[in-house]
Amino acid sequence: MNNFDYVRACDVAEAVKMKAATPHAKFIAGGTNLIDLMKYHVEQPRRLIDISRLPLTAVEETSAGGVRIGALVPNSTLAYHSLIESRYPLLASAILAGASAQLRNMASTGGNLLQRTRCAYFYDVATPCNKRTPGAGCSATGGLNRNHAILGASADCIATHPSDMCVALAALNATVQVTGAQGERAIPFADFHRLPGDRPDLDNTLRADEIILAVVLPPQGFAANHSYLKLRDRLSYAFALVSVAAALELDGGRIGEARLALGGVAHKPWRNEAAENALRGQAPGHEAFGRAADILLKDAKHVAHNAFKVPLARRAIIRTLTQAASGTPQIQSIKTIR
Amino acid sequence: MSPSRESAAPLTKPAPLSVTLRINGESRTLSVAPWTTLLDLLRNHLDLTGTKKGCDHGQCGACTVLIDGRRALSCLTLAVMKDGAEITTIEGLAKGDELHPLQQAFIDHDAFQCGYCTPGQICSAAGLIAEGKAKTREEIRELMSGNICRCGAYPNIVGAIEQAMGGGR
Repeated sequence: MNNFDYVRACDVAEAVKMKAATPHAKFIAGGTNLIDLMKYHVEQPRRLIDISRLPLTAVEETSAGGVRIGALVPNSTLAYHSLIESRYPLLASAILAGASAQLRNMASTGGNLLQRTRCAYFYDVATPCNKRTPGAGCSATGGLNRNHAILGASADCIATHPSDMCVALAALNATVQVTGAQGERAIPFADFHRLPGDRPDLDNTLRADEIILAVVLPPQGFAANHSYLKLRDRLSYAFALVSVAAALELDGGRIGEARLALGGVAHKPWRNEAAENALRGQAPGHEAFGRAADILLKDAKHVAHNAFKVPLARRAIIRTLTQAASGTPQIQSIKTIR
Repeated sequence: MSPSRESAAPLTKPAPLSVTLRINGESRTLSVAPWTTLLDLLRNHLDLTGTKKGCDHGQCGACTVLIDGRRALSCLTLAVMKDGAEITTIEGLAKGDELHPLQQAFIDHDAFQCGYCTPGQICSAAGLIAEGKAKTREEIRELMSGNICRCGAYPNIVGAIEQAMGGGR
């Protein structure tokens, strides 16, 4: 790690002020990704602003009937919180599919949103990477790219977003509450992470002076019909090759509301409005699910080593929707996929 | 590729910071650089070498300790951020000459070969038992997946944890 100095913020206003005053500073909360990146010299902040003691640790019901999750709620606390287990089991399941028990104890809700890609070239400062150094070039495009994106990638970057939790938050239509020098604003989850385009150095739309306060879930939690299925190279503690969050509202044998989000396939949790529209009003079943998968994957493009992801994603979408429709969600500790 | 030394320099000359931790029941006040991890503090400043440095990147679990009773990775923890915390390491589990039930269970089940991952496995298992979420072998396996054992002693590790949980075979 580089040498840096360390300050601790006592409240949100002080944290925002400290950040605005020092552009080379970084916030640190759980630190599970930032310290790792610092050890690889990918991140070299001149100052760390410790926000881990800010009072952003509540999980509480909102007046609108949803749930507000403080940015510093640890991932494990959130996954096992009674409100989340009972009303948003899709979110609990996705969190438990990610990382390890130790990391989930350390990692914060806000930090999970801000974690960087695990593209090996992004981590290796000896190789060019447009995300690390804009304009340097992309080593993954012509390199080992088995883990990389099949949707929404650009000529400059084919990295994927690594989070499981964010895939569920995308499916649930969460919003991200932030504050900064220009005051508070709420960012719809779909607009929080961005596609790489020609600025892959920007993972999201959070401004440099802003801090995440909370993630807010709307009332509808899809507790009856949901599933999170994560496919990876080993059965636990690995990033997704493909993951699927599915949430359905079933109404007299027909699909009402439908949500479908994919992880491991793009620079952000991937949703496709046309695919979800194609599910609404249909009888749940292989035919409707396959049609939605085909729409979602219509523009999929693979690179040298990740062509397998396209059929894998198709089958995963169908399987996860089937699990959701039958009310038998994937259980993360049982490795059999029903 | 990486920022120049100049741009990465700290904004002010970092003075060593005072940090007070209660480690295995004993209050310790130390002066450390901000970039000192809890793992390096334990091993290099206090000679508590039971906690192992495996990957140093949060991928192997060998450095697992309990921070305020919750299992965490000491390699990805800055010591200064834990000022005031209670830390339990493998050295703090036994009561004098009486082994912790998990230590005894690991011996009973021959739950290690080289032993390098064992302190992290045992601290992680202590955290797992305190969490109370694992009831079955499958759940123990899943919730212990952050602790890698390259000797492959997993079946016996699960057996040892089952014994310590009181459901021993």
